Amino acid sequence: MTAALSILAVWLGAMGLNRRIARNEGPLYAIIVAAIFGITLLVLWEMVVRLYHVAPVILPAPSAIGKSLAANLPLLWGDFVQTILKGAVVGWVIGALAAILTAIAIDRSPFLQRGLLPIGNFVAALPIVGIAPIMVMWFGFDWHSKAAVVVIMVFFPILVNTVAGLKATDSLQRDLMATWSAGYWPSLLKMRLPAAMPFIFNGLKITTTLALIGAIVAEFFGSPTRGMGFRISTAVGQLNLPLVWAEIAVAALAGTLFYGIVALIERRVTFWHPSQRQ
Amino acid sequence: MTEIPAPALRMRRRPALYTGLMQGLFPVLVVLMAIIGVWYLGAFFLNSTWAQDQAARAGQPLGFMDLVSATMTQDRPVLPAPHQVAAGLWDGIFGQKITSKRSLVWHGWITLAPTLLGFAIGSLAGILLAVGIVHSRVMDMSVMPWAIASQTVPIVALAPMVIVVLSSMGITGLIPKALISAWLSFFPVLVGMVKGLRAPDRMQLDLMHSWNAGEAQVFWRLRLPSAMPYLFASLKVAVAAALVGTIVGELPGGASAGLGARLLSGSYYGQTIQIWSALFMAATLAAGLVLLIGVIERITLRRMGLAR
Repeated sequence: MTAALSILAVWLGAMGLNRRIARNEGPLYAIIVAAIFGITLLVLWEMVVRLYHVAPVILPAPSAIGKSLAANLPLLWGDFVQTILKGAVVGWVIGALAAILTAIAIDRSPFLQRGLLPIGNFVAALPIVGIAPIMVMWFGFDWHSKAAVVVIMVFFPILVNTVAGLKATDSLQRDLMATWSAGYWPSLLKMRLPAAMPFIFNGLKITTTLALIGAIVAEFFGSPTRGMGFRISTAVGQLNLPLVWAEIAVAALAGTLFYGIVALIERRVTFWHPSQRQ
Repeated sequence: MTEIPAPALRMRRRPALYTGLMQGLFPVLVVLMAIIGVWYLGAFFLNSTWAQDQAARAGQPLGFMDLVSATMTQDRPVLPAPHQVAAGLWDGIFGQKITSKRSLVWHGWITLAPTLLGFAIGSLAGILLAVGIVHSRVMDMSVMPWAIASQTVPIVALAPMVIVVLSSMGITGLIPKALISAWLSFFPVLVGMVKGLRAPDRMQLDLMHSWNAGEAQVFWRLRLPSAMPYLFASLKVAVAAALVGTIVGELPGGASAGLGARLLSGSYYGQTIQIWSALFMAATLAAGLVLLIGVIERITLRRMGLAR
């Protein structure tokens, strides 16, 4: 009873505090409110686990996860390099380059666009992670097969976005380039590609998460004895839940960082776009 | 060559549907044929090593036509030819009793049921939370940043843990997979619905205000209708995500049924045709679900007078 009451008290107290702070305007207050909410959730989690003696094989406390994170840093770093840097990022870069080049190639042919775009949209909705066992068979257990899965997963969303982006110039702008007698390549490089950048980055940002999902899920089908997906599935088997949660925390951090870096590059590249203006 | 001169069409009174087909369907079919052609070529080259090994071992040199037929009919090809996959699909769907463990319909249903349940739970929760967020500034400032940040997290990594933990608590079967699906379909719906409920601009809100409309009336008559297109767009994303969640949820824990389990057992035993059939079954399910939501969308928008 006292346990439930104290948990309730913490929740109400934090929300009351947030209600106070939320009356203010400004980006700093927004960050504070979000941070308080997040920290409150962690504290409540810790309290529930401790006060109700939840077994660590069901739900470990955040402090136990933190300890496991600190104790297994070299292991986690190795998994991070294997899955994120080698599998996800390499595959993402190859897939993005291939998609953008394909989009530029089919840009000149309305026929190919009419044929490929519906298929691209269709494929983008399919559960492509299912291709993982096939890639593992073809490219072996190491990171190459993971990168291959990621290439296929990120290809179509970026393709569809880039094709849409290459159409983003209006006839006034194209006429202006024509009056300067700019040929196909100058107008592509100086007008249409820059104009397509917001769309391309939209695709790039969506696919950062897909890349991580592809790399992690592909490891469930076979991997060398390192990697985040491998670690998660084996640690679950050993009921070492704190390590699983530590790995998930790393995955969350990696996903946020990956997205953040792409968003940062976007801000640099598309500084002229209304959505980037302060 | 695809362009048929328009006047000729008009003289023969071809309906607009015909030109629409030529414009829309024909290029897609050509590209599809090209893909199938590339697939056949790939099957030939990828499978020929094994076929030639076998022939060399038997001491019989293979002619070209023999090689072609040998690459198209292997039991465990590196890349099954399209007709082998089609045969596998046909056999899985129509060749077995629906209750048989080799029936793709049965496995498909095992995957579909948690997907639908999870999708329903997830989108309902997403819609409700979105309504809360739009009406409460505190909730908006507290929850929304985390909801957006969670989009960048590979949540699927949680799937094995959810399955194992719940089965250690004695919960197996439908519920754990449905929970993963719900979790995956929750966030797209939440983000899309918040965007949609905020879609009415100042002027429309002021108009409602000048009619002395209360909070509830503004919600039912303005916010909800204008959120509908956003809702359906995110429902389509969510249902695809829910299916991925179920399939990934079937990978760990040695599940013996469902499309994910078909993929996994196929990869263990090198049954490539089984993998490809399960993959196409999953793709068909996903496409069907997205199409179904598209139909519901069209009917709903027409009933609400929002169809464009």
